[in-house]
Amino acid sequence: MISQEFDYAAPDTVQAALELLAEPGARPLAGGMSLIPLMKLRLTAPEKLVDLRRIPSLRSIRREGAFLHIGAMVTHYELESAPLIRQECPLLAASAAAIGDVQIRNSGTIGGSVAHADPAADYPAGLLALEARVHLTGPTGEREMAFEEFVLDPFTTAIEPGELVTAVLVPVEDPGTGVYYQKHPQPASGFPMVGVAARIRRQNGHISFARLGVTGLSGKGYRAREVEARLIGKAGAEAEVKDAAAATADGVEASSDIHASAAYRSHLACVAAARSILRSLSAAN
Amino acid sequence: MSTVTTETPTYVGKRIKRKEDPRMITGTATYLDDIKLPNMHFAAIVRSQYAAARIDRIDTSAALALPGVVAVFTGADLEGVGNVPCGVSLPGLRIPPHPILAQGRTYFVGHPVAVVVANDPYLARDGAELVEVEYTPQPGVSDPEKALEPGAPAVHPEWPDNVAFVHKQENGDVDAAFAGAEVIVKQRMLQPRVVANPMEARGAIGDYKSAEGTLTLHSSTQIPHLLRSIAAAVLGVPEHKMRVIAPEVGGGFGCKADVYAEELLVCFLSRKLARPVKWVEGRREHFQATSQGRGHVDYYELAAKRDGTILGIKLKIIQDIGSHQQLLTPLIPTLSVLMLPGLYRCKTFRAEVVGAFTNCFPTDAYRGAGRPEATYGIERIVDCLAVELGIDAAEIRLKNFIEPQEFPFSTGTGLIYDSGSYAATLGIALETVGYAALREEQRAARAAGRLMGIGIATYGEICAFGPSPYTPAGGWESATVRIEPSGQVTVHTGISPHGQGEETTFAQIAADELGVSMDDVVIVHGDTAIVQYGIGTFGSRGTAVGGTAMFLAIEELKKKILKYGAMLLETEEVEFSAGRVVCNKTGASVTVAQIAAASYRALKLPPGTEPGLVATSFWEPTNFTFPFGAHIVVTDVDPDTGEVKITRYVAVDDCGKIINPLIVAGQIHGGVAQGIGQALYEQMSYDENGQILSGEFTDYAMPKAANIPFIESLHTETPSPVNPLGVKGVGEAGAIGAPPAIVNSVVDALSHLGIRHLDMPLTPEKVWTAIQGARA
Repeated sequence: MISQEFDYAAPDTVQAALELLAEPGARPLAGGMSLIPLMKLRLTAPEKLVDLRRIPSLRSIRREGAFLHIGAMVTHYELESAPLIRQECPLLAASAAAIGDVQIRNSGTIGGSVAHADPAADYPAGLLALEARVHLTGPTGEREMAFEEFVLDPFTTAIEPGELVTAVLVPVEDPGTGVYYQKHPQPASGFPMVGVAARIRRQNGHISFARLGVTGLSGKGYRAREVEARLIGKAGAEAEVKDAAAATADGVEASSDIHASAAYRSHLACVAAARSILRSLSAAN
Repeated sequence: MSTVTTETPTYVGKRIKRKEDPRMITGTATYLDDIKLPNMHFAAIVRSQYAAARIDRIDTSAALALPGVVAVFTGADLEGVGNVPCGVSLPGLRIPPHPILAQGRTYFVGHPVAVVVANDPYLARDGAELVEVEYTPQPGVSDPEKALEPGAPAVHPEWPDNVAFVHKQENGDVDAAFAGAEVIVKQRMLQPRVVANPMEARGAIGDYKSAEGTLTLHSSTQIPHLLRSIAAAVLGVPEHKMRVIAPEVGGGFGCKADVYAEELLVCFLSRKLARPVKWVEGRREHFQATSQGRGHVDYYELAAKRDGTILGIKLKIIQDIGSHQQLLTPLIPTLSVLMLPGLYRCKTFRAEVVGAFTNCFPTDAYRGAGRPEATYGIERIVDCLAVELGIDAAEIRLKNFIEPQEFPFSTGTGLIYDSGSYAATLGIALETVGYAALREEQRAARAAGRLMGIGIATYGEICAFGPSPYTPAGGWESATVRIEPSGQVTVHTGISPHGQGEETTFAQIAADELGVSMDDVVIVHGDTAIVQYGIGTFGSRGTAVGGTAMFLAIEELKKKILKYGAMLLETEEVEFSAGRVVCNKTGASVTVAQIAAASYRALKLPPGTEPGLVATSFWEPTNFTFPFGAHIVVTDVDPDTGEVKITRYVAVDDCGKIINPLIVAGQIHGGVAQGIGQALYEQMSYDENGQILSGEFTDYAMPKAANIPFIESLHTETPSPVNPLGVKGVGEAGAIGAPPAIVNSVVDALSHLGIRHLDMPLTPEKVWTAIQGARA
């Protein structure tokens, strides 16, 4: 469990970081909760780590119109505990609170997690349900894209060489929206075997808005759009919800490993979806 | 035998915080990896990634060319060092040669193939990456039952049947018992392999001094003296020139009551290189190359009368041996046979153990070592019988228990249970949990579609290993008690505590016996150059055997103290009381400190008495001790997901006389947590060839704090007549009681669906699949 030799730099501006990252073999370090273990296992060996922790602009949380702008280096613990997040985007706070343990949440960051694109991470369920956006800064400028478009494959994103994730944008939650993140952890790692995040609104006693994000089940997180569609217009009785949630894993190639078969994971996704929807409904006005 | 001190105890029986804790809490304890010797080199081991492979070529040139790398050794370079030893003899036991580096063939994933030594641990690891090994993979086998099938890949080509040994034991007319039985229940049960995973993994430093020809081995071990004798013999070092030091040891759970290739390797390297050489085990290496626990396939058959009386037991154990025999590997399943009847009166049994070689690292002692397996089996099959007969799980146990007046009780397996009151202990557990009301609640829950289970497990265990004729290396223990000139007390114990807290409990006993303050007693252990020969810490023997040795040394010292007291008081009418020798007539007295000063100053000596106050005792126990208890677990099973939640955990344990309730509570809590791990989460997984699938904590599920319920821990205290302290042992009890209690609870939750058994670990998928199958 000893890594290879590497260089280390901790710049204090995004610009300086981008310059350092232009060097071959350099990789950004954004908390290190995944990268450092991979290095210790010698599964990866960057020549240089560019630690982003000293860049103040990456550590802020602020409101920008209808969105919350969350710097990439904001830790899970900050998201779990910040009053602004708890009030204005409770689903994100709940997602962050579900990650690992306190030590991990105090070191790991949302930008690091998003850029790592682990298919079993907690965030994707919530970020998909929130229709979050990812802010990128590169040598040629800044750009923004939907989180759903950003993750391409397991551990693969749309980040171009030399680019950094600099922020994640989530909407300020509409009052009256019920949200819930239902997680069934893999017993060893604590990562979700399946995690489902729901956002539900009701109008005149019927479901008028539903967003459902699923993580852990397959190679990347996804929106369960069929379930969302089935929910619209329903009163939200338990049988209706279960019926809708039964489509959660439809068409998804579920993962299989020593912890759970694909069939069990798919079933669990449907159960988790139903539970997250029911909990959201009970919280929705 | 004399009984405990007649004085009012000041410390024994009290909740006293551990003397050990300040140094651990403040980070000032010295563990193996904290030791830094001058000019020390560091070893990194190149390990096989194949379970079974032929080694075609090893190229060490690139590693040797790396600056900082001092040497690279392979199996071809071994000289002057023997094989990793097995300390067990059984008829027909096959002990494959176990060189410390692979010789042309690897037998398990993690098999040491080469070792790189560098002047820096990072460079050693870099060098290990540069050793090129060409392998030709061979078919391997990981499932012990499949290994015994005809045509299975041979782990050792010279033994194509993969049979390591067959051990049989029988008592009474088993065939008649089964022929005359009104009911017979049968069940196949699995005990998956589990990994010990102490917080501190293994590690060793070899330090050879060529000028003196002395060799010091620092090792994170439970058995420093045994390790010294064995390592000296394997390495050809005169035993008196070899020293083993066990520094602070961060847990062992049995896996460090062993002798490993790496311990011998660092000694070999130090002798070759004339430098101290350190090797520290990484967690991945721990999963690959440290002995693992359990690994049984059990076939139980129970013959009974319709009223629930057990008439006979048949058991076949297929023990996953692994690739080689570690120190006690083949002994462990034979202990399961000894404890096969549990707490029940039945003496008629037939048992067969078949050891199967597999392409996995060897199994060996793991908390409970054979007794948890036996307890699990008998407690599960008794539950199966109860369900079959429609008898309540508590009632069927009460019907078959050995009764208090039957002790000492000779079991059919050759043991003599020392003392017990099994029904009373179960009774307290039933009352505490509110058994009758719980059964009512369960009926209501079932009617409402909830799956609620109540599981009972009663257990007995063999502790205080043990009478020497029944142990592989001598079962006595030693202590030297020195009263210093100041009156302060130094105890050298032959046991080697690594978390059990004997620096505290022994000080409690010694302080009470001598009437001094606990602060004036220090317990020294773990260094063969300081402490007289001892056996070590395992098998819940520390206090029962080592504590008794200390107690007897103190008794010996007290005689001398009395002689000095009589001399100083100028009277023969003296007695020892509360740290003083007192004249019965006048009440005049002298303290132990005054006597100590006089004995070392030696201006005047009692007739025929030497100066100084030192006594040594080597105590040979006449029997094992037999703690027992009853655990009751209430579970809720989620019918949609199969997830198990423990809602109540009641443990009533009888470990004999309790020295320190705080330490006993810690042992029960830790043991129960470990048992919960085995029942619900832990399983070392391999593919069919022996490739590891759960080789790190991201895939091997240890129980976490949030998985452990509140444990309602109660005790009865039935003193053991085997030793003067009346203690029995408690280190393993929790790990023995928990697995059957939990599995019985979950099966009980599902029994109305027709489910009769589930194998550990009870993963959500396994439970859910069983529910689906039952409903289909």
